[in-house]
This record gives sequence, structure tokens and C-alpha cells, in this order.
Amino acid sequence: MARMKFLCDADRCIECNACVTACKNENDVPWGINRRRVVTINDGKPGERSVSMACMHCTDAPCASVCPVNCFYTTADAVVLHSKDLCIGCGYCFYACPFGAPQYPRVGNFGSRGKMDKCTFCAGGPEADGTAAEYVKYGANRLAEGKLPLCAEMCSTKSLLAGDGDIIAQIYKERVVKRGYGSGAWGWKTAYKESIAS
Amino acid sequence: MMTLLNPIRLALVASMLATLMLVVLASQMAPAYAQQGAINPTASSVKEEQLLNALQSGGGANAISGRVSIPDAKSGTLIQPGGTEWRDFHEKTLPRIGAVAILGMLAVLILYYVMRGRVRISGGPSGKTITRFNAFERFVHWLTATCFIILAISGLNVSFGKQLLLPLMGAGAFADWSQLAKYAHNYLSFPFTIGVILMLLMWVAGNIPSQVDLEWIKRGGGLFGQDHPPAPRFNAGQKLIYWIVVLGGGAVAITGYLLMFPFYATDVSGMQTAQMIHGIVAVLFVAVMLAHIYIGSLGMEGAFSAMGSGEVDVNWAKDHHSLWVEKEQARKEAAPSQPVATPAE
Repeated sequence: MARMKFLCDADRCIECNACVTACKNENDVPWGINRRRVVTINDGKPGERSVSMACMHCTDAPCASVCPVNCFYTTADAVVLHSKDLCIGCGYCFYACPFGAPQYPRVGNFGSRGKMDKCTFCAGGPEADGTAAEYVKYGANRLAEGKLPLCAEMCSTKSLLAGDGDIIAQIYKERVVKRGYGSGAWGWKTAYKESIAS
Repeated sequence: MMTLLNPIRLALVASMLATLMLVVLASQMAPAYAQQGAINPTASSVKEEQLLNALQSGGGANAISGRVSIPDAKSGTLIQPGGTEWRDFHEKTLPRIGAVAILGMLAVLILYYVMRGRVRISGGPSGKTITRFNAFERFVHWLTATCFIILAISGLNVSFGKQLLLPLMGAGAFADWSQLAKYAHNYLSFPFTIGVILMLLMWVAGNIPSQVDLEWIKRGGGLFGQDHPPAPRFNAGQKLIYWIVVLGGGAVAITGYLLMFPFYATDVSGMQTAQMIHGIVAVLFVAVMLAHIYIGSLGMEGAFSAMGSGEVDVNWAKDHHSLWVEKEQARKEAAPSQPVATPAE
């Protein structure tokens, strides 16, 4: 089985936000929640770089570790998913996540958190693959259809890569060698405890 | 005409050829430049590694952040390494502190009960009573106490539930119970806070530390042996409990509201700190309250009725609050409304 990962080649990202839009559309993401966002570091200064970030589907995921009801699980493809039936909306996964992935729809009075929502690597949830119940809660299950996450599939500069970690790391390494530079695979050290030479 | 045009045509062709050659040359040379590292557009580019290092050497904010074009400004935080430390706190440090404090306190109480047994009223109950807490005081006490017990159980469930209850209850039932516990925890925080504020106002006058407390502490509060050091309405032990409730209750209330209203007053690192304070204060609070519950019920004869009916036996009061009894009796004697005993004849 593949070990699925995301990789954002910041030297290619042009901050078009198409990945953000594609994700929202494909997964019918609730209003006010962005499973993916593009962050521009050093905006307007020399060395500005944009990075598209979502859940990185970490090895030894912090969210899963701190969840008080153990609602997280890791699929055979190493995608970190959660059950909205078990989630109690406590906010702990958000405190632990290095990437700010978990978000909560605001329900009821005051700041009350609803069921957590995050990137699923377009792999749905615990319900049967491709069912309406799965789509309503988690969005598309493209992985079950043999497709990769839409954000990466439609990235116009192929900055955002999604797929087997070894393969996308190889693609990135080849790019770095060919063009002679690379600003690194953002988040890999935090998420996977490894970095790609740049 | 032709003779005039020819030189121009020749020049045009020559210049086009030259351009073509330049383009071909440049395209052949480009990869060579790249391999030598002569062209590096990222020479000044921001690198994750550098930013993470800057954070570790005290770079200020606990996160790498930038600008986002979506309305959710807080999503501009790209990476927040503080989550890793918070995870360690929540998964290792807090359960350890909690287990040691709560199990340790239980062990101490059981040991104390085995060694000392129930603290009896010296000379036994007199049958005469004196009013210790009025109805309003008792209402505030039980309002706060009921909220506290539910808050404590639902709070401990978040820290220990998945180890202790989840295997017994199964994932679905445990999630339903935890959801209910979360709602109870959130909503009961309001009456709990009101209770703590009322206690602060209601009992602060009797809980200012004084010289008498030193003597009480020196004599071990009468915890060992049959000693009963003099004490006013609240002895030093009760004053300690009072201030733990007021200050600890205040701390859990403030940190709790910061967590309940995310991003109103703090960012994610603020919420991590708030949760750490909330967790540590809460488990210590639970441990202290176990001792309070013990001494107010099983541990001491005649103590429970103070908060039950509000009346305590005069002999109990003389044992534990001698100065208070003297004052009360002096007040009663001085009061003109008291009927004066007259001889029968």
C-alpha cells in the first residue's frame, strides 16, 4: 500500500488559490471552513513564497493522540481520517495540530464548537465508500474511485503534489536537481519527521 | 529598385540569423548555469527550516505565519510547533499530575481514617444546637458543590475517559456520554462561576488570615491527638479551602471561558496555555475537594449538619470553633430581644 502525502513546491506556487476553491467545491465544505488555504510568507518582500497547506496526514498524528474519544483512525493508505459520529467538538485536535487543519462549524450559542471538519485527502470517512451519507459528512471519496485529491490534480503549476510519498518526493528531488534550487518540502519535517534535500 | 532593396534584405536576414543563434546558444547554456548554481532565484527565499530555528531561539510568536486571501485571518498561521509540546503535556504530564494528586489524596484520606477513625465530639452531642449557616449560605454552597462535582467528573472524563471508560463502554456509547459531559461542562460553568463569586462576597470577611491561625497551624489543627486549638468561625484549614475555591475556581473559570470562546481573546498558543492552567488547577482542585468532602461528612461527627440543616451541636462548635461560640453566645446575651428568665414565684 502507498503512504499518501502532500507536498507543496513553494517555488512553483503562484498563490492562485485554485486548490482552495477546488477543495471547497469538490467536498461541499461547510460555509466558513477552509480545509485548504494558501499562506504567503514574507508577502511583498524579497524571498516571498506561497505555500498551500491543509491536513498533512501526519505520521503519529498529534490530533489522534490527544482526541479524548479516539475518533481518529489511519487508513491503509496512511490517510488520517475521523468519525464525525464520535467527535464531541472539544477543540483539542486543533490545539495539537501543527498545521491548523481541524476546524469547527460554529453551532448553538457562544463559541460552541460543532463536529470537527478537516481535509480527508479526498478519502471520505468511515461510512461505506461513495455513499450519500459519507458525502454529506466528509465530502468526496476520490481515492475509492482511483483518483487523487482534486486540489493537487488540478494545480496549474503542479506545485501541489499528492500521492505516494516516495513518488512525490522523487518528483520534487528531480525538480530540485534540474533547476538547481528548491526551498524545501514545507511541513514534511513536522508531519513525517523527514526532509527532502533542497 | 532591386539594387536598393538587396542590402536591406541582407541585413534583415543577417540580424534574424544572429538572433536565432543567440537563442540556440542561450538555451544550450541555461542548464549548465543551473547545474553550476550560477542562477538561484531562491537565494533569498524564505525557508521553513530557518523560520523553525528562529522560533526555537526565541523568535517571539509561537508560529510561522503569513498572509491569506481567504476571510479567515487566523488560518494565516502556517505551522505552529507549540502543538507538539501541548500534546506532551496533555498525554503525559497532566495524567501523571492528576493521578498522583487524586490517588495520593485518596490514599492519605484512607490512611487517616484507618489511623484516626471518625473525629468524635468530645463529651458527645449536647442536644442543643446553634445556627452555623443560614439558608442562603447553604444554597450557594450546594449550588457550587453540585456544579463542581459534575464539572469534575465531566472534566476528568476528557483526561482519563479514553483509558478508563472507553474500553468498558465501547466507542459509540462513550462518545455519546462524552458529548453529554461536554455540554454539561460548558453550561454548568456559569452557575459554578456565580457560586464562586457569591462565596467570595459572602465569606470573605470571615476568611482573612489572622494571628489565631498561626496557633491553629502550630498545633496541627487538631488533626492528630485529641487537641482542639481555638478557632473563630472559620479555622485556618477552612480559610485555606476558601481561598483555594475562590482563587482556583476563578482560575478554572477564566481559563475555561477562554477555551469555550475560541479566538475571542487568545490565539492558539494562548488556548494551549489556558488549557494547561485549567487542567493542572482542576486536578489539584479535585484532590483538595476530596479532603473537604471527607472531613465534612464521614471524617467528622457533627460536621455535615452545618451544611445540611445549618444547625450544629453546641459541643461540636465548642470543639472546633471555640472563639466563634463565645462570640455568638455573648451576642445572644447582649441581645435585648432575648426573654429574660425569671423566677417562678
